[in-house]
Amino acid sequence: MWEAIRVTLLLAAVTTPLLLLLATPLAWWLAKGAGWVRDTVAAVVALPIVLPPTVLGFYLLIALGPHSPLMGLLQPFGVRTLAFTFTGLVIGSLVYSLPFAVQPIRNAFEAMGSRPLEVAATLRASPWDAFWSVALPQARRGYVTAALLVFAHTIGEFGVVLMIGGAIPGQTEVVSIRIFQAVEQLNFAEAHLISGGLLAFSFVALMIMLVIDRRFGARSAGIRP
Amino acid sequence: MIQVDLSGTVGDLALSLRFEAGAGLTALMGPSGSGKTTLLRAMAGLERLSGRVQVGDTVWQAEDRFVPVHKRAVGYVFQEPSLFSHLSVEGNLDFALKRSPKTVDKGAIVDLLRIGALLPRQVARLSGGERQRVAIALALLSGPDLLLMDEPLSSLDQAARAEILPLIRDVAERVPVLYVSHDPLEVARLTQRVLYIQNGRLSARPAVTLDGLSQAEIEALALKALGS
Repeated sequence: MWEAIRVTLLLAAVTTPLLLLLATPLAWWLAKGAGWVRDTVAAVVALPIVLPPTVLGFYLLIALGPHSPLMGLLQPFGVRTLAFTFTGLVIGSLVYSLPFAVQPIRNAFEAMGSRPLEVAATLRASPWDAFWSVALPQARRGYVTAALLVFAHTIGEFGVVLMIGGAIPGQTEVVSIRIFQAVEQLNFAEAHLISGGLLAFSFVALMIMLVIDRRFGARSAGIRP
Repeated sequence: MIQVDLSGTVGDLALSLRFEAGAGLTALMGPSGSGKTTLLRAMAGLERLSGRVQVGDTVWQAEDRFVPVHKRAVGYVFQEPSLFSHLSVEGNLDFALKRSPKTVDKGAIVDLLRIGALLPRQVARLSGGERQRVAIALALLSGPDLLLMDEPLSSLDQAARAEILPLIRDVAERVPVLYVSHDPLEVARLTQRVLYIQNGRLSARPAVTLDGLSQAEIEALALKALGS
């Protein structure tokens, strides 16, 4: 059980900062215009919300398997496959939680509008300067929401991780899978313990999010597919 | 000396604007949708029209160049007082001061706009008039060669307007100001130099000229405009 908790926390701790980094330019680009190209990209980004995790997991398994063109590119570096590895799990989590990072950040950028950046420009701030000193701090609520959502979502992952991780204890076995296996072995005590822990964790995460939303007032940075 | 010759189409409005303005405050008047804001935004570089903008000896825009907004010595005061909500008043001022290429006397500007008592306050806790005073201070702290003001009083109540109007006159003694308004009374109190814009073009004379009218007549006109 402790091994599974360690792997899960590590996975969430690695996924969250990586995903915030990845989501930032994407959310910025999506917030700064409209058109069918952006709509298409937005729909692709939102896919993991509606897609069965097993479907996503299946395609990721194929993509990270030894016969995929993607892995072919990594072959020269001595990487044959990322399936059933921790790295593969991180990649899966990044894809799976992408909409939970992009949406709140995008909403925050959209709520900010273009005026603060225009003011910054008339005060001699270059676009890069304005992004760091105005856009990021103004969108901080979106970032906090995104970080909490991604962290909580990654902690609770099941389908995708099972498909590409294979539940190897100490490497790719996460808590939600541990619960499933505990029940299969009729080990209800352990299942209760982990489930109760996850329930409490999820509740606390959502409470924090609500409090932050209220504290910073105005609009809630909800999830919009 | 400010020289502007800009033209282009924004939405359904075809603009063709050519004028010169000197020191002090020049008002730009005209009905809504006549292109006043577009002209100011284009002069600041926030919007693109083709043509030429020169302020003093510096060319901001010409056929072969377009200086980006952040490299123009322009101050811009927006219609809705626009400050950085994530910073305190002092934080806002320092944002401008830190990026200003000129040495600016912060204390003098704070005194000029009477915002000394507001410095530690959060932006959200300011009234509309206080915000706009801070916004004007911000624009001045960036060390502009030209200050563009887009109906800076229109979103404020009567008391705040009466308070800020004389400050704007003081500001115009330090830096050339182009001041958009559609309030004849306000303009009459600020300047004699008025440019009239209609359907994207500057007209030599307005439909009604303010020159030669008495204060009472101007006020009557203003009331009529407000009533309609």
